Amino acid sequence: MTEASAVVRWRERMPLRVERTLEPSLTVRILVPIVSIILALLTGAILILVSGENPIAVYRAMARGAFGDRYGVAETLVKAIPLLLTGLGVAIAFRMQLWNIGAEGQLYLGAIFATGTALFLFPDWPAVPLITAMILAGLIGGAVWGLIPGVLRAWTGANETIVSLMLNYVAILFSEYLVHGPWKNPQGFGFPGTEQFPEAAWLPRYGTYRVHLGLVFGLVAAVVLWVILRRTRWGYELAVTGENPRAARYAGMRTRRNIILVMALSGALAGLAGMSEVAGVGHQLQRNLSPGYGYTAIIVAWLGRLHPAGIVLVSFLLAALLVGGDQLQMGMGLPAAVAPMLQGTILFFLLGGEVLTRWRLARR
Amino acid sequence: MSEVWTTDFLTAVLAAAIPAGTAILFACLGELLAERAGVLNLGVEGMMLMGALGGFAFCYWTDSAWIGAIGALAAGAAMATIHAVLTVSLRANQVVSGLALTLFGTGLSSYLGRNLVGKPAPDRFSDLAIPVLHEIPGLGRILFDQDALVYISFVLVPLLWLWVYRTRQGLELRAVGERPEAADAMGLSVTGLRYAYVIVGGALAGLGGAAISLGTNPGWTEGMTAGRGWIAVALVIFAGWNPARAALGAYLFGGVEAAQFRLQSIGIGVSPFFLNMLPYLFTILVLVLATGEAARRRIGAPAALGRPYLREERG
Repeated sequence: MTEASAVVRWRERMPLRVERTLEPSLTVRILVPIVSIILALLTGAILILVSGENPIAVYRAMARGAFGDRYGVAETLVKAIPLLLTGLGVAIAFRMQLWNIGAEGQLYLGAIFATGTALFLFPDWPAVPLITAMILAGLIGGAVWGLIPGVLRAWTGANETIVSLMLNYVAILFSEYLVHGPWKNPQGFGFPGTEQFPEAAWLPRYGTYRVHLGLVFGLVAAVVLWVILRRTRWGYELAVTGENPRAARYAGMRTRRNIILVMALSGALAGLAGMSEVAGVGHQLQRNLSPGYGYTAIIVAWLGRLHPAGIVLVSFLLAALLVGGDQLQMGMGLPAAVAPMLQGTILFFLLGGEVLTRWRLARR
Repeated sequence: MSEVWTTDFLTAVLAAAIPAGTAILFACLGELLAERAGVLNLGVEGMMLMGALGGFAFCYWTDSAWIGAIGALAAGAAMATIHAVLTVSLRANQVVSGLALTLFGTGLSSYLGRNLVGKPAPDRFSDLAIPVLHEIPGLGRILFDQDALVYISFVLVPLLWLWVYRTRQGLELRAVGERPEAADAMGLSVTGLRYAYVIVGGALAGLGGAAISLGTNPGWTEGMTAGRGWIAVALVIFAGWNPARAALGAYLFGGVEAAQFRLQSIGIGVSPFFLNMLPYLFTILVLVLATGEAARRRIGAPAALGRPYLREERG
């Protein structure tokens, strides 16, 4: 009691107070993510130092891995593709305050559907129709996996965060079952994975690098999403429903339908990421298809301020972090886990820094 | 198939269900306290992982599982402090901050634990049969031939129930989670109480991690909690924010996990991949049913759950 009232008195003597700002200035909005990244790298350096490694050497190895040569840049682009697609998917759900963290499972389902199309449904089709069919299959697979938490949320009120997360485990186990069981390549020397796709199912690559057509999918998806959000009535409904669900209901917006549609769209984008991974990178369905792209997508979306342009930028940045982490594992024998550790730290600082975008100090 | 369900099999499953459920139970009780205070913390998985690592690491350095348990409590509390600073003081989005905590804990634990993977545990919490009681047929083996952490959880559940529902402190806790404005007007420190319960909740999640790394699966491997932190978050809803129901739910999950392993070892004709899906599918089922029941009986989440409190904006 006495302690609390002491705090009150101290607060009242303060000449400054925090007050809500309606419109954060542009400088603040751009500065906060940049400063968060810098502070996160500094914090990461301390953690690396404490664990007995040299942070400068670690960061240098990471930067060299990601940007040091054309190969590194190409690998960064390769990893940016799934991050971009899943990040866009997560962002559209987050915009409606739907906390879909199931992008990982939705990615796997897209990959499974696309693999089934290439290997078992239409293995003899030529490239253009086959790849089109695989794109559709990937979108549908992801959408189905996103629909489950969407429908459950809309009709029973079950928390979509937990349902979508649980489905990640189910999807990954299902794909493990396929690659160890019925879809296993009999000539695979015991390695779990399907046969290679027919060449018609391979996404075209740029020159001798691994960068593939998926990059175009991602950029097109970003533009389409931007148009939906900024130029259509539906995009406006999503924004209103996210900001103020009651107002949306009174305005006659069909909240349930929108929840289901957004979760399906969110899942479909992640499913497309899965399709482009199997068709563009691996040319088969294999174990450990994704090193957690669906989780990193959450950071991509938030760091990109849920805005398509921001997400494009951030997905390249975080892809560089992942490539750098891999390089660390190969070059210095350190776990690639430095990358998710730094990602989490960036997000912490960003969240803390957002206080500055919503509040400001004012004189009493 | 029918000869699988013998008394012996059921006793074995139930005896294994309790320690398997204990890890989830600690984490669930911790999350329950934080949510009762109005703070949603989705970082349970990350805090559990750091607890599992902290517990094993301290045990590895000191050869004592008890010091390990203290390390686990500290690791979980330290992680939760980050969440408290961000969500209580800086009023950040609780959902995103919790997700960040899970990502951070997953990454940090595999980075810091890189040299401990596969190391043998010098000590662990092993089963202590309680004299006399453990000789009760059936029940004795299920309840009274367990490790120390299990016994601690047996004591903790009724204590927390009393704390939440029968003490002045419990009333204050509920007030902060339901009507922070009123609690503030009563002269309670909303910030202070929220900090305290979030941090205690994190410590319990850390202990839940240690119940795995020093109990059921001694040792450290990356991501060894395998989603149990998320199951704990779902169970809080199933429990209707009541510690006693949390215990029930946790043992139910322990049972699913134990049955899955037994069925696998008997070698029934279902792929292990499908058996491994069971706990996750079961979580979804429980969540859907519990949400429906909560809506029908009007037992809801604490009213201020997820809402930051700012005195200047109280209505």
